[in-house]
Amino acid sequence: MKIGVIDYGMGNLFSVEQALKRLGCEVVVTANETVLDTTDALLLPGVGAFPDAIKRLAETELDRYLHKVKAENRPLLGICLGMQLLFEQSEEVSPTKGLGFFKGSIKRFNGDNAGRKYRVPHMGWNELVMTKYPSWLNGEVTAKHVYFVHSFYATDIDERELIAYADYHGIKVPGIVANGSITGMQFHPEKSGQLGVHLLEQWLKGVASC
Amino acid sequence: MLTKRIIPCLDVKEGRVVKGVQFVSLRDAGDPVELAKFYDEQGADELVFLDISASHEGRETMVDVVRQTAATLAIPFTVGGGIRTLDDMKRILRAGADKVSVNTSALERPELIKEGSDFFGAQCIVVAIDARYSEEDATWMVYTHGGRKKATWRATEWAKEAVRLGAGEILLTSMNQDGEKSGFDLTLIKAVREAVTVPVIASGGAGNAQHFYEVLAEDIDADAALAASIFHYKETSVAQVKEYLREKGVAVR
Repeated sequence: MKIGVIDYGMGNLFSVEQALKRLGCEVVVTANETVLDTTDALLLPGVGAFPDAIKRLAETELDRYLHKVKAENRPLLGICLGMQLLFEQSEEVSPTKGLGFFKGSIKRFNGDNAGRKYRVPHMGWNELVMTKYPSWLNGEVTAKHVYFVHSFYATDIDERELIAYADYHGIKVPGIVANGSITGMQFHPEKSGQLGVHLLEQWLKGVASC
Repeated sequence: MLTKRIIPCLDVKEGRVVKGVQFVSLRDAGDPVELAKFYDEQGADELVFLDISASHEGRETMVDVVRQTAATLAIPFTVGGGIRTLDDMKRILRAGADKVSVNTSALERPELIKEGSDFFGAQCIVVAIDARYSEEDATWMVYTHGGRKKATWRATEWAKEAVRLGAGEILLTSMNQDGEKSGFDLTLIKAVREAVTVPVIASGGAGNAQHFYEVLAEDIDADAALAASIFHYKETSVAQVKEYLREKGVAVR
């Protein structure tokens, strides 16, 4: 199957491209809509700041394209910042509107849980707790940990859209969200060892059978 | 719950792993990519490559190593050594590394940390600090050139400054303990950990699984622990260390 990795100039796309290739996908990394239209599923990666990313999407008119993708029920997976962009808004740097595919807003970890300090960014391997199984995920998930690296997370979400979360100092950090053909992963599946590979593989299989 | 990370470190010179890694099971024990795969299978949470090449060609070879590693590995890895400019960072990160670590170059020109952090985000920038206890100053001072040259910074102050400039993580090596295998420098690590809000990787002195427990347990609470020779010489394995930590109630992957 052919996957379009949306290249809007934010972050390193090499690892995710390689991970998809290892799973036998044909991968195109592009910002070109005509090329993206020829793919079976789309992946929105991203590392960096929310306002920059939204600005880049607007400049390249990829924001309009992503709305079309959603309207047409085409599979889209947002990873890390790519997932955050799918929410309504973010307070990173200055309040900025997101794509609004998921309910909720992106806030910074404040580093203080009832007087107990904790480290920001949330960096490392954390346990993924499944709250429900999405249609694309088959079989029991045995490994537990995935690799997170982020300072902002989704809050005030619609619990019905939550698939899995991780506990970081008492905060329920949304790890996987899904609604229709749109999925988001806050962690990096391409850097999350066997479980990450499994989740990507399952998503791809689920998408292929849509 | 976030787990504690165990990080093997590989010294790479002109594209080959040095320090006589002893793995008979490997086809080519000097191949960094093979070793990276081995440690990944052992349960390493992350890897650090330290490029100790002296030549320009060696540094170019490192970019190939990074590209090949990124194409095979599904865990994060950091590359340090010889990174002096934003362009050096770009070459390594665009080849697929997740983080770069800077040491002497950041002491010489601290703006390098900010440049990297602004461009790639703090999560990509690790500041490596080599600290040694100085009787004269009655505290840990920062050293360069493998611990031979004393800088003007106290370790805790430099760590704070590095974070202020945008470091996303501190890789803290005790030069007193390095190679001694008698345990991490717990007092130093605790002092730096308390001075900064970002994760701290403890390095220098690991001799056995108990040492990892000491530095990662609640008292000292380092976020990760790094070791080289005890893993390379098979004195213990990543899997054994993790099993021990698990028994002791430390959350590991």
